[in-house]
Amino acid sequence: MSARLFSTSSAASSIFTLTPFFTSTSVTSIPAAPTNSAVVIITDLVKQFGRFAALRGVTAEFAPGRLYAILGDNGAGKTTLLRALAGLTRPTRGTVLMLRTTNLRAVCKQVGYMAHSSLLYDEMSGMENLRYFARLYGIEEGQRCEMVLSAVGLEPGLTRAVGQYSQGMRQRMSLARAILHDPQILLLDEPFSNVDMGSAREMVNLLARMRDAGKTIFVVTHQSALLESAADEFVRMEAGQITSRTPHLRTAEAR
Amino acid sequence: MSLAAITRATLAKDLRLEWRSKDAINSMLFFALLVVVVFSFSFDPNAEESRQIAGGLVWVAFLFAAVVALNQTWARELRNQVLDAFRVAPAPANSLFLAKALGNFVFVCVLEALMTPLFVVFYKLRALGPAWQLIPVAVLGTWALVVNGTFFAAMSIRTRRREIMLPLLLFPISIPAILAMVNATTAILTGELSAWFWFVLLATYDVVFTIACLLLFETVLHAE
Repeated sequence: MSARLFSTSSAASSIFTLTPFFTSTSVTSIPAAPTNSAVVIITDLVKQFGRFAALRGVTAEFAPGRLYAILGDNGAGKTTLLRALAGLTRPTRGTVLMLRTTNLRAVCKQVGYMAHSSLLYDEMSGMENLRYFARLYGIEEGQRCEMVLSAVGLEPGLTRAVGQYSQGMRQRMSLARAILHDPQILLLDEPFSNVDMGSAREMVNLLARMRDAGKTIFVVTHQSALLESAADEFVRMEAGQITSRTPHLRTAEAR
Repeated sequence: MSLAAITRATLAKDLRLEWRSKDAINSMLFFALLVVVVFSFSFDPNAEESRQIAGGLVWVAFLFAAVVALNQTWARELRNQVLDAFRVAPAPANSLFLAKALGNFVFVCVLEALMTPLFVVFYKLRALGPAWQLIPVAVLGTWALVVNGTFFAAMSIRTRRREIMLPLLLFPISIPAILAMVNATTAILTGELSAWFWFVLLATYDVVFTIACLLLFETVLHAE
């Protein structure tokens, strides 16, 4: 299995050529100041759970075609921020403007979300899972699922139920579900947890290629070193606020 | 993507998952079987008494058994937080509700088809009225149970004690439907009265609550 993980050949690269917005390759890897073309604009975002404030007035802009690594200790608000961007958590106060709209339901087809949990049915095979989710997104073409599975390094013909996959395979399967519908914005919560180093690096390469194809990617991770060369910006969160944004991992880690 | 297509896909997925795990159907069958056997030991009615009480016994057994299945309806979606995958998808919320309600309807109908012969044997039942009318009573009554059950099960999935919460929410609101089901069944079995009024009540109940559930489900799905 590992030998064919994340093959950069046909299937892996061809998933980026299915829709027009994937074809853009003009994105630079040099970090730039936020511009009016920001795909995500967060203004004074507050999320409270009872008396606990998970987000305390987050304000930020994120440019398109960049890979953002969101770092921070447990409880810093990273997951809550990602869920707010995905439209899964309703902010107590503040706004999220995504692709020029605050109606996140309207742009949900342009957003891919990968959570801590796999968001997959354990009793179904990987292909069965993807076919079901493809229908939810109105994807008719049958080959799309096979291409996405190959792109994340999984065998499309695998008939085993997802519940019998290793943790690393489940993570890749979960990534496959998140990128199935060619989202413009990708929100990934700990995609490398429980994944071996080799597979994690291949995942990073895949994300870098997607970023180069014009995607905006947010990765919440505790394994920031993996993204040192791929991320355009490291966003540090502490106590529900963004405390620093820097293109250099060392600066982000030096608190 | 149309509501019908996603409803079909979700229903097919649910039936496939149930076929593989048999979680809901096994629990329901076991529970209903217990009720039939325990009741048959508790009461020893003659044929006439059976006709008077069978409507209540049958529907109480099906109601409690249905709750067992309804509690598991959303448990599958909570495992691995798959419900979040649906919530971030552009699929209409009502397609999920309809698929779940239809799936539960199928499961409870299967249960009724398997358990009714046992009731007939254990309680020596023979309808004096038009027996075919039991079919529309079963269809309308089952839909009344599952449409509200599916909705309230969705409402209670985020509560800590959802197994208790579901009956607490479902039973009071189902009283008019249960009353109609029991009285219609008794009227048909005894052949003394017309079941027409109860049919109309059940049909009205179904229409009103189906529309209400469809209108409110999106709010329930996206509630935190």
